[in-house]
Amino acid sequence: MKEIYKKSNILTDAITHYCPGCGHGIIHNLVCEVVEELGIMEKTIAIAPVGCAVLAYDYWKFDTTEAAHGRPLAVATGIKRARPELIVFTYQGDGDLAAIGTAETVHAANRGENVTVIFVNNGVYGMTGGQMAPTTLLSQKTATCINGRNAKRDGYPLKVSEMLAVLDGVCYIERTSVHNPGAVIKTKKAIKKAFQNQIEKKGFSMVEVISQCPTYWGLSPVEAVEKIEKDIIKKVPLGVIKDV
Amino acid sequence: MIKVKIDSEKCKGCNLCLMYCPKGLIKESKILNKRGICPVEFDSSKGACIGCRFCALMCPESAIEIIDE
Ligand SMILES: Cc1ncc(C[n+]2csc(CCOP(=O)(O)OP(=O)(O)O)c2C)c(N)n1
Repeated sequence: MKEIYKKSNILTDAITHYCPGCGHGIIHNLVCEVVEELGIMEKTIAIAPVGCAVLAYDYWKFDTTEAAHGRPLAVATGIKRARPELIVFTYQGDGDLAAIGTAETVHAANRGENVTVIFVNNGVYGMTGGQMAPTTLLSQKTATCINGRNAKRDGYPLKVSEMLAVLDGVCYIERTSVHNPGAVIKTKKAIKKAFQNQIEKKGFSMVEVISQCPTYWGLSPVEAVEKIEKDIIKKVPLGVIKDV
Repeated sequence: MIKVKIDSEKCKGCNLCLMYCPKGLIKESKILNKRGICPVEFDSSKGACIGCRFCALMCPESAIEIIDE
């Protein structure tokens, strides 16, 4: 008997609290697979966000700490500077990283902290009920812009990755997605590179993963991944944004 | 023969595996699991699994294992 596919051993057997079809579960497994393949399980420390992924520590076996909403990169800075031999990564949603945590994010990136960031962008505040996030796209409907985001009233979607890419402290930023099997494989490659950069002490690396939130997009999981393919990645193109 | 093993207690019925299976070998089950969800099941009656892993890669619950017997 040959094994063709099995989930990462670092992922626990817990049943997640995520809604059906949520991209968080796919990304959790990818992070665990990368940590397993790089053999860094014993020295990895994750910082979980406030957001839907707040309970991530129940799902992966490496050490995880929690930060106040938006502050994972401040906590990561402290851990990495105190224990530079550890591999430190943050796992953050768009509300966490790009709204309440914008200051911490920008300055950690600008300082070139040698950490890895997994930025899960689903365009809404999932945990609190699907309100508009800075990354919500124009005309996208959410609980707080029921007729769709309007630039005059709500401003424009924040291009977080492009914004951070201009900072000298940043060494690698790539935008990927998990809406089809090919995209999942590319996301894993990007996450692996972002961890390898940290091992090679290259500096701040971030992978922005466009992730589906079927519940607060008001779609079925199948419709949600189709929306990413037909609509979202036309507006926020995937690919390497910076690699130095 | 390649077999897709689906943990029906973990499955939340999102159907992303079913959507991407190039051979159409995954279908919705008629039996509810303990949480009242109709999980998906592997049905090899329509053909042979090619082991592409698409179903497992798309599974948000990591509930799919693929083995070659
Ligand atoms: C200081 C503080 N302000 C506000 C909140 C409420 N809150 C919890 S999660 C969240 C947004 C989460 O959205 P996101 O980071 O996009 O993650 P998702 O849930 O979509 O994965 C907010 C505003 C909080 N917990 N703490």
